[in-house]
Amino acid sequence: MDQLTTLWDTFFNWQSMRQALPDMLKTGLPNTLILSIISALIGTVLGMLLAMAGTSRHRWLRWPARVYTDIFRGLPAVVTILLIGVGLSQIGMKVWGPNPYPLGILALSLIATAYIGEIFRSGIQSVDPGQLEGSRALGFSYSAAMLLVIIPQGIRRVLPAWVNQLIALIKDSSLVYFLGLAAGQRELFRIGQDAAANTGNESALLLAGIFYLVLTVPLTHFVNFVDHRLRQGRRTRTGPPNADEVLMVAGETPLPATSEGTK
Amino acid sequence: MTEEQRQSEQEETFSSVSLATRDIHLAFGDNRVLRGVDLDVEKGRTACVIGPSGSGKSTFLRTINRLIEPDKGDVLLDGVSVLDRDPDRLRQQVGMVFQQFNLFPHMNVLRNLMLPLRRIRKLSADEAEQEARHQLELVGLADKAGSRPGHLSGGQQQRVAIARALAMRPQVMLFDEATSALDPELVKGVLSLMADLSKQGMTMVVVTHEMGFAREASDVVVFLDQGVAVESGPPEKIFDAPDSPRLRQFLSDVL
Ligand SMILES: Nc1ncnc2c1ncn2[C@@H]1O[C@H](COP(=O)(O)OP(=O)(O)O)[C@@H](O)[C@H]1O
Ligand SMILES: [Mg+2]
Repeated sequence: MDQLTTLWDTFFNWQSMRQALPDMLKTGLPNTLILSIISALIGTVLGMLLAMAGTSRHRWLRWPARVYTDIFRGLPAVVTILLIGVGLSQIGMKVWGPNPYPLGILALSLIATAYIGEIFRSGIQSVDPGQLEGSRALGFSYSAAMLLVIIPQGIRRVLPAWVNQLIALIKDSSLVYFLGLAAGQRELFRIGQDAAANTGNESALLLAGIFYLVLTVPLTHFVNFVDHRLRQGRRTRTGPPNADEVLMVAGETPLPATSEGTK
Repeated sequence: MTEEQRQSEQEETFSSVSLATRDIHLAFGDNRVLRGVDLDVEKGRTACVIGPSGSGKSTFLRTINRLIEPDKGDVLLDGVSVLDRDPDRLRQQVGMVFQQFNLFPHMNVLRNLMLPLRRIRKLSADEAEQEARHQLELVGLADKAGSRPGHLSGGQQQRVAIARALAMRPQVMLFDEATSALDPELVKGVLSLMADLSKQGMTMVVVTHEMGFAREASDVVVFLDQGVAVESGPPEKIFDAPDSPRLRQFLSDVL
């Protein structure tokens, strides 16, 4: 009985949780969000470019894209983060001062780029070759056909995989802890970890875990929702079409269709 | 020709041109798919290309608009070689319709037409929409403007694809087995649209297995076998009095 109480106390000590909560909300959560959102943005943009290079007609673009992907997907995230965060810290110190965030974000972005690039590449390559032929037969140049027709279709298909990658990024953002964080720079994991060390129980770490789940579980369900929508095919929309068709992916997908249905 | 003149001429007929190919050769590696194909289609006339599967019909069509560059030979529009022209401009003037339609599945029908109108013909959004709706009306699908291609029947999709190609104001139209992917009951609608285009003076090259269409709607029929135009002539000649044994064999297989 005594042991059970101790075990319970190890994980569910409300006192420890309550003590850690303000730091989690004020410092940890914003920092985790900063790390993951900025890395997600950079990783998505660079991933797009990497995918374009990887599907290029030119060998001298495809080949470096392949090598990049192999390296950054093949290394454990923590190794990349330490190599970049510690290896470049001399330079970083001169440019940003003693802040591990820029290099941490750089490392997270480079990792995300490799995964997201691979996701986008597979999406682009899964588009029926007839789409390119059909576009070119209308008079589109190769690059216009890719940009306006092929890439938007390819990306739509892999949006669920892309969201999965964002989830991975939120979790991996905890690894910047290896670069050494000042009090105000700590993210969710580090705050939980510190509090756990101070109180001698793991409750604050459990609380950090709950914060991660609050961020990632809705995203997981969002993936399922997007996946479902893509499978069903979206309904047609009323009203005049937008002026530009370019890469409407991001803006269009989550919109609920104001549908006229199909007749 | 000014824009207005071209526009008024477009209303009922087309500003089509004559088409000729000269000694077209093409090999995929060791596979010599085209071995000197000649074709002559006068302005406003329709040529049908028939032949067994694998004889090079699709490949031949694609050399006409340079989706595939021929190894040797020339393509003439209005007597002028297309080989030293910009291929993208050329393809705008040579419309092509595919067996699998190749509509853009992620855009509704209206956008399928508007995208090339805006990007290639550089029309404003209003002009493009007007032109797109006009072309849809001509193929009888004005009410489908807001639908996704996937929600249309194969026959409707192919008519949209034809409207999209015509919206570029081509001078020549190529059809690669445009009805082969359709359910039998939908074939007729697409063929009659193609026959209408032919009557209205579009210059057309039609690869088809529909021998009825070839007989009725074409001015010249070419029998392609193993990359060679074995026999060509008016449909009555090709279907009723074929010279070569291979054509006779082919006709007895398909008819
Ligand atoms: N992209 C390609 N690469 C290699 N071989 C091809 C390609 N396209 C067609 N072929 C070959 O060329 C020959 C003719 O094909 P095709 O023109 O499609 O014939 P058809 O349309 O008359 O059925 C076939 O042997 C086919 O395998
Ligand atoms: Mg074919």
